[in-house]
Amino acid sequence: MADAPAYGGDGTPFSHVSMYRNKEGLGVWEHKGKVAAVGIGHSPTSRRWDGTPENTVGAWAILALRKAIEDAGVRPDQVDGLVLDPQTTTGAHWPAERPVPMDVVNAFNPSKDPLDGIAKLSASWILKNMPELTNVKFTMYAMGCMTNALVVAAQAVGDGRTNTCLVLKGWHNLDGRYYQGGANAQDTIAGGAKWTNLWAGPACFTTATQFQAYCKKYGKSHDMMAPYVVESKKNGLNFPEGFFAQNRPEPLTVEDYLSARWVAKPANLYDNDIPIMCSSAFLLASAERAKDMKQKPVYIWNQCSTDALYYGPQVEGYSPKRAGRGIISTLEDVEAITDSTGRKMLEGAGITSKDISFENMYDGFSLFHQFHIEGLGYAGIKRGEALDLYQTDISNDGPHPVSPSGGNIGSGRTRVWQHTDSIQQIQGRAGARQIKKKAEIGVSGGPMPDGGNFLVWSATPS
Amino acid sequence: MPKQSPIPDAMDKPFWDACNEGRLVIQNCKACNLMQHPPQRDCNSCGSGANLEWKQVSGRGKIYTYGVVYDSPVALLQADQPYNVAIIQLAEDHEVNMLSHLPGVPLDEVPVGATVQVIFEPTQATGQKVPEWKVVS
Ligand SMILES: [Zn+2]
Repeated sequence: MADAPAYGGDGTPFSHVSMYRNKEGLGVWEHKGKVAAVGIGHSPTSRRWDGTPENTVGAWAILALRKAIEDAGVRPDQVDGLVLDPQTTTGAHWPAERPVPMDVVNAFNPSKDPLDGIAKLSASWILKNMPELTNVKFTMYAMGCMTNALVVAAQAVGDGRTNTCLVLKGWHNLDGRYYQGGANAQDTIAGGAKWTNLWAGPACFTTATQFQAYCKKYGKSHDMMAPYVVESKKNGLNFPEGFFAQNRPEPLTVEDYLSARWVAKPANLYDNDIPIMCSSAFLLASAERAKDMKQKPVYIWNQCSTDALYYGPQVEGYSPKRAGRGIISTLEDVEAITDSTGRKMLEGAGITSKDISFENMYDGFSLFHQFHIEGLGYAGIKRGEALDLYQTDISNDGPHPVSPSGGNIGSGRTRVWQHTDSIQQIQGRAGARQIKKKAEIGVSGGPMPDGGNFLVWSATPS
Repeated sequence: MPKQSPIPDAMDKPFWDACNEGRLVIQNCKACNLMQHPPQRDCNSCGSGANLEWKQVSGRGKIYTYGVVYDSPVALLQADQPYNVAIIQLAEDHEVNMLSHLPGVPLDEVPVGATVQVIFEPTQATGQKVPEWKVVS
């Protein structure tokens, strides 16, 4: 793969297409209940890197991994696998003309790439800087998202390629406004960005147009999103690992939401997630191995993906495919794809939508959360009914908790909170976010409705 | 509205060349009889690049939906904020869509469902023409 050397040049393979369940009709996942998540580790969060070695994405990755190991109650030498996303950008890239601070590089055991640990993370950098991981025999890159890394790790553990596997996702954020500068500041545009850059720009634009079409089709309005976004922010403030709980613990009111500035109408400021720095890790193990660990195992009942893999260009053996045939995925496209995702998630887990106790589907942007949960038929809803559900008790005390994690909206852009929360809910250690009903089966995944990876979590192996 | 000048590459050069000649051409797979845009190396449906061709279309379309951009990261667009961006579905195939600033349409008063006709506007940096759309009904 062309950019493999950019990630340490250590020969770590990229995930292979055969590891993804991206078609319908595959039946129950062959490893249902045989893989479990046990340990969780999070670094602190911050808005941007402060330039110190101790607050690099790499230092925080080490911290998160060590916490996950300790949380699971295993010895570091018992870990035999590491699946990670080597990309750590939130959209901020290290400027070519900016010298790399060698005091930071040399505060660690560096790889051949000086930005390793600062603006990217290779498997070899992690292993060089965690000498206690003496038995890691399986390493793999899964691009873009913790969700991608989790489905790849789950399949690898199920296939017996690793038995006690760390899963890592780090994010760095640098100075400057998000996505300003670079190609966006030029008067010409090359590459794939040209098809949207000439007209639009903000990342939320596509979702905003899908939401606009949704409101027209079903007679809904943007105001109807307020209870959901306000509740997500509330759940975020009850997430001690999250950005807002740590850095800006102010609640959001309905009035705040309704008066927020537009970014791409009908998407406003609070419909967008905030780019932050954070590293997060989970420890997965075979169900057999997980039995004697410190925390209650949370069993994975299914891992699946959209047909068009969102990170397809970086998946070995996969010929990238787009979600639709136009520049923009339309409402009809995302409804068809999330319908299919819902069917895949239920089919692979061998459950019906009634079995789902809570949902942590992705929300970075808030305006597409409804596509995911309608596709799943969560709380018995059909197409066009999610915003009506939002007007009922969707709190963690109610009958149908919606995004109990608070997601990215509640805690910043990591695409990780929904998995942490799903595991913690089922383990009974979600603290102030613990749902009142029994947390037996939960779902999480994303990122986009038209491209993502998904998991079904359960309290029991079968 | 000023836009960035697109730099054509090997895959999309026929599209941009046609724009400079006032024609709208779309990539089409002869085997599947399906169009796709933006152009890709392979057909999104059959996965083969062997039957891809360029097909001239009428330049008629319909406004599917729209958004109003208040905060674009693209520097050249910022002076005109807020501005409309509509999704145009091609008359020949509604699943193929393109974007438009809909010149002449008042802010946030986009006539969804209206028929539009392509025009070609030069961009400042290179003179490369790019498709835009005018409401005709
Ligand atoms: Zn074809």
